[in-house]
Amino acid sequence: MRAFKHLIYGGLLAAAISPAMADDGEKIYKQGGSQPGALACVTCHMPDGKGMDAGGFPKIAGDSAVYLSKQIHDFKKGLRENAIMLPIASALTEEEIKAVTQYMSSLDKVQVPEITRAKTPEGLGEQLAIRGDWSRSIPECVACHGPGGVGVGDTFPPLAGQGAKYLAAQLHAWQQGTRKNDQNDLMGHIARSLTEEEIIAVADYFAGLGK
Amino acid sequence: MKKLLVSIFALTAISTAIAAPIAMEDQSQLKPAPSKAESEQYHLPPLEADLPDNAFGVMVRKGHAIFVDTKRQVPELVGNGLNCVNCHLDQGRLANSAPMWGAYTMYPAYRKKNDKVNTYAERIQGCFQFSMDGTPPAADSETMTALTTFSYWLATGAPSGVKTPGSGYPDVAQPEGGYDIANGKNIYAEQCAVCHSADGLGQKVGENYVFPPLWGKSSFNWGAGMHRINTAASFIKANMPLGKGGTLSDKEAWDVAAFMNSHERPQDPRLVEGDIEKTRVKFHANDGVNLYGETVNGVLIGQGVK
Ligand code: HEC
Ligand code: HEC
Ligand code: HEC
Ligand code: HEC
Repeated sequence: MRAFKHLIYGGLLAAAISPAMADDGEKIYKQGGSQPGALACVTCHMPDGKGMDAGGFPKIAGDSAVYLSKQIHDFKKGLRENAIMLPIASALTEEEIKAVTQYMSSLDKVQVPEITRAKTPEGLGEQLAIRGDWSRSIPECVACHGPGGVGVGDTFPPLAGQGAKYLAAQLHAWQQGTRKNDQNDLMGHIARSLTEEEIIAVADYFAGLGK
Repeated sequence: MKKLLVSIFALTAISTAIAAPIAMEDQSQLKPAPSKAESEQYHLPPLEADLPDNAFGVMVRKGHAIFVDTKRQVPELVGNGLNCVNCHLDQGRLANSAPMWGAYTMYPAYRKKNDKVNTYAERIQGCFQFSMDGTPPAADSETMTALTTFSYWLATGAPSGVKTPGSGYPDVAQPEGGYDIANGKNIYAEQCAVCHSADGLGQKVGENYVFPPLWGKSSFNWGAGMHRINTAASFIKANMPLGKGGTLSDKEAWDVAAFMNSHERPQDPRLVEGDIEKTRVKFHANDGVNLYGETVNGVLIGQGVK
């Protein structure tokens, strides 16, 4: 079934973008863009797109191209403040953003085990993930990020298999106001309600899911 | 020819009626809960971690599993894409989201409408029939025992026979000048479409919905309590957008509820002789504010979708 789906998606992708563009995307990813400053993505996001958490470089493999493209624009607009990605994002042309995010999206995503809300949570991280804390208006993370944190559509990014350091950094960024790119503050108010202990626990939990 | 068709239709209508009796015809709205004093706390249901490790604990967990993962746990009873938790948030625990602890202690209850004593099992059967557009579990089935045990456990320590603050969805008065479907459409686009999708049909991962459909064939049917604009406005005002309940104004909640409930959904299973007008008169005319059988922008609402 999964293989079948890949086939369909593959077919769709092939139809949607010309082969030349797919090659462009791969080239930008591996060698950088046309303008100075558009560094090769592969250096930090790695050849398989799984990133390198020690450096705070996120996994981008298999994420929605729409989501990734939005992030690059948000870096440019300052809605996500980041000293490393700002110059890189600013040096990419619209065409290049389109091509490189399509390529990132085509890389193999992590496999996530199926965890439903029926499970009894073990530990603080899983408790937040599949129960939330409604006394503070914190819904279950999976209510928006999907079962096991696989991600949903073009708006809700996968959390499963993402680096723990990176996940925690994003939650901190919302707390500090250096990331404010979510529609209607849907994510921001949640991040601001989390304690330090909870951030570490939930980041570790999702980082440990999916390989 | 026409006569023949009609009588065949009547026959099938009768036979389905026999095949699936309506467990609890009366889905009219609940009485409002008393409001909570500043100093008062909502009922606090027991913690999952404190569940006893015996057959009772096992049955509570089973009820919990059915409640939060209905479509997968009892697929034969669910006709649409919903789970109980979609409308009773935080696993049926959340105040002002019609929590199970607020419901359990109010049954058995006499209802004038059907002039009989209705049991808790019948209330749950009603939600299966209408909200889940499905088949109600038998009163003595394990599914019913599990859901009832789960509710009983949540209600531990709650007073019985009195409406407690936080039960049901708190009433939101209809705005002066009524509701505005066109404005509801704008609110939907700004506040709801990101999750429930622009077409209202929800979003899935694999086979299952993460963001449940608000209308269309996989949503609640025309007999469900949520089809009333006033009930939907109450639910929405208190609970939506997810995690940001209480942020819409009363008027916004009504407008978006009216927009939502002006779309087609599965037919009311109580359909009278295949006739929308007869069904409207019998079941919808005196049931809160709703659009069933009304004509909006030249289109008859309540035709149902399969
Ligand atoms: C020098 C290292 C480095 C290079 C090279 C680099 N990135 Fe990044 N990238 C990062 C870091 C660090 C972050 C996390 C920023 C943050 O914490 O907000 C990131 C984040 C991102 C994100 C957001 C991911 C998410 O899940 O939200 C996207 C999209 C992205 N980079 C695209 C690119 C593209 C496209 C290129 C190549 C043109 C590239 N990056 C090159 C370091 C790098
Ligand atoms: C109400 C919906 C909602 C809930 C519930 C939710 N999130 Fe999010 N989250 C979002 C949205 C929307 C984004 C993406 C914002 C953007 O960049 O456009 C996001 C993004 C994130 C990111 C950044 C991911 C990346 O690749 O950069 C992290 C980390 C995150 N969420 C963690 C959590 C955790 C942990 C929980 C549970 C405590 C949670 N979220 C619950 C809506 C939600
Ligand atoms: C589409 C939304 C929806 C779904 C799904 C749903 N319900 Fe309900 N439920 C409602 C509404 C609306 C009411 C009536 C509230 C009112 O009239 O104020 C209600 C009422 C109830 C009540 C009585 C509450 C009280 O305070 O008396 C119980 C018990 C109940 N539901 C159980 C369930 C169970 C069990 C399921 C899953 C099998 C379920 N519901 C699924 C919307 C839903
Ligand atoms: C951040 C995502 C999000 C937003 C925004 C959102 N919802 Fe929901 N909605 C959900 C989720 C998730 C559920 C199911 C809750 C659960 O299962 O815990 C839900 C449930 C519902 C339900 C009951 C289930 C059904 O399918 O009928 C209705 C009605 C509803 N939402 C209406 C709205 C309206 C109207 C808006 C805009 C004012 C809105 N929602 C905004 C995520 C969202």
